[in-house]
Amino acid sequence: MEKRVVFRSAWLPYALVAPQIAITIVFFFLPAIQAGWYSFQLQDAFGERTQFVGLANFAALFRDSNYLHSFQVTAFFSAMVAGSGIAISLLLATMADRVIRGALVYRTLLIWPYAVASAVAGVLWLFLFAPSIGIITFALRSIGINWDWVLQGDQAMLLVVIAATWKQISYNFLFFLAGLQSIPKSLIEAAAIDGAGPGRRFWTIVFPLLSPTAFFLLVVNIVYAFFDTFGVIDATTQGGPAGATQILVYKVYYDGVKAADLGGSSAQSVILMVIVVALTVVQFRYIERKVQY
Amino acid sequence: MLARTTAVMVALFAGSAQAQTEIQWWHSMTGANNTGVNELASRFNASQKEYKVVPVFKGSYPESMTAAIAAFRAGNPPHILQVFEVGTATMMGAKGAIVPVAKVMADAREKFNPKDYLPTVTGYYSDSKGNMLSYPFNSSTIVFYLNKDAFKKAGLDPEKAPRTWKELSAAAAKLKASGQECVYSTGWPAWMHIENFSAWHNVPIGTKQNGMAGTDTEFSINSPLHVRHVSMLGDMAKKGLFTYSGRRNEAEARFASGECAMVTSSTGAQGTIRRTAKFDWSVNFIPYHDDVKGAPQNSIIGGASLWVMAKKPAADYKGVAKFFSFLSTPEIQMFWHTSTGYVPITQAAYEMTRKSGFYDKNPGAELAVKQLTNKAPTANSKGLRFGNYVQGREVIEEEMEAVFGGKKTAKEALDDAVRRGNEILRKFEAANK
Repeated sequence: MEKRVVFRSAWLPYALVAPQIAITIVFFFLPAIQAGWYSFQLQDAFGERTQFVGLANFAALFRDSNYLHSFQVTAFFSAMVAGSGIAISLLLATMADRVIRGALVYRTLLIWPYAVASAVAGVLWLFLFAPSIGIITFALRSIGINWDWVLQGDQAMLLVVIAATWKQISYNFLFFLAGLQSIPKSLIEAAAIDGAGPGRRFWTIVFPLLSPTAFFLLVVNIVYAFFDTFGVIDATTQGGPAGATQILVYKVYYDGVKAADLGGSSAQSVILMVIVVALTVVQFRYIERKVQY
Repeated sequence: MLARTTAVMVALFAGSAQAQTEIQWWHSMTGANNTGVNELASRFNASQKEYKVVPVFKGSYPESMTAAIAAFRAGNPPHILQVFEVGTATMMGAKGAIVPVAKVMADAREKFNPKDYLPTVTGYYSDSKGNMLSYPFNSSTIVFYLNKDAFKKAGLDPEKAPRTWKELSAAAAKLKASGQECVYSTGWPAWMHIENFSAWHNVPIGTKQNGMAGTDTEFSINSPLHVRHVSMLGDMAKKGLFTYSGRRNEAEARFASGECAMVTSSTGAQGTIRRTAKFDWSVNFIPYHDDVKGAPQNSIIGGASLWVMAKKPAADYKGVAKFFSFLSTPEIQMFWHTSTGYVPITQAAYEMTRKSGFYDKNPGAELAVKQLTNKAPTANSKGLRFGNYVQGREVIEEEMEAVFGGKKTAKEALDDAVRRGNEILRKFEAANK
């Protein structure tokens, strides 16, 4: 017996996927091709004079020590955002999974931050941590910590990592909670009867069963940290101080949108695209092998 | 039916024939300045029937510029676009996208004499032959704000504002000793401590008259004087005498709240300070190094100017010219100057404001004009014109932050700023050949 649904029509399946493909072409492939094309060009801001310059835009980028530095910044930032985002949300999800009374309230509150726009999240944390008026700044000062992220690069990095992670925790939480709820209770009970403590049960049963979710979230979170965080950065540090929070995508945005340097910005976005494609391939080839479906 | 359709169409045509020509004006003015812009447009619209100026707020300066670039590429730019001073070179380079103001005025046969305007203001927006390219709408400069109450508390004479950096450092130490947490801070670090610093001491920011004489310019901000100044700020930061607040006007709020006792920032801050400060304060000339010959020279302007965009129907430009003539009248200039804190751009408006007695009540408002016209501008103090300076200024600010944060010495940072900045200038030169 064939269990799969088979389309007998020659055109219906294509018609059904056509809208999705059309959206992908218009909003992904065409802009990507255009960025590729612009990356070989030198244009003035208004597009009056366009010259083909080959790889000059790329060469200029790699001559710039600050651009090279922003690779390190991006790697650190992404690892922190994806790592702490996944760890914290896993902890919260396992906690929320055990709550019996008022579970819905906890869940709703934990999912809430996801509805907040990046820029708004940035401004929120900006106010809390503002060097002169922030509440948290005040608290930190009173215990003797000189909180001044406007000049201290490490503190600025901490600020943007917190703001970017906070926003993503809800999303991760949702997936982990769904994953936890699909684990049969009988498995865990059986382990408990055999004498396995909560820690042992988590690492030998729950975590392996959650690994497909965790893997999916790893990919999504890294893409998020690479692309979707420029709103947070723009609203808070704007890449400063001295480039300490200048991640690759923020520079793409700054050079292209604010400074009207289309060629340079496109070259950067091509490099960024290559990195993310490579990262995703690596993740699927090497990490996915360790995942148990 | 046909008759009715025809009647409607005739009515429509008649309507459009009588309708006013709309002049689109994209700007970035917020708060009290936005109210001022709308007031200017409605006064102009009430003064005549042919044209109707429609001001549209398009976000921050870089945002409205980006919007206009996109609109131009799509073939439908606004008539008038407000562009901040750092975008000047980019606009000048876009020869097919803009119409020089001098040409707009000449074509419309509007009376227009560049000599009526303040030289420091017009110099910034004119080409090397003296033709005015954009209309200097809102010009500010940087001044030195001082909290008199804090000075009193520290045992300093509040009527004697520090005139030199040496005096400022001495006063800063006393303020610190009196328990003042933030002693000195600054808004717009590159505009203050590189651009205005250079003009005030009559040293070049870049070759080729600060880029005004050609796009083959190079930065010269790693001179011994620049290094000495930035290194002094770095030392002050280490001793807690200088608090860095950020790249924009964050320091202004810290002054208005009383947190910082001395701040250098835009003249545009006066409105806010007047409203919120609960202490006695004064506006003063920015400090200088008294061992530099010729200092103080004159400060340079910031703010924005109005650019006329190309690709509009020829008849519309007459309306634009009429609007600029209207803006230049002393009454209108005085209204704009006194309600915003931007400087008056014509001599006549300056005289008129003085006679009205406004400066007796607001001495700070006149000080900006005096500082801008302190001496006749030189090649070093006329202004600056660097391509892609949105990026260039960012590089300078990044490097200054590295010094204030103790990551680099002033020499290393300014050398890096020059090297990275020149890279950006070469790219602009290549793109605008």
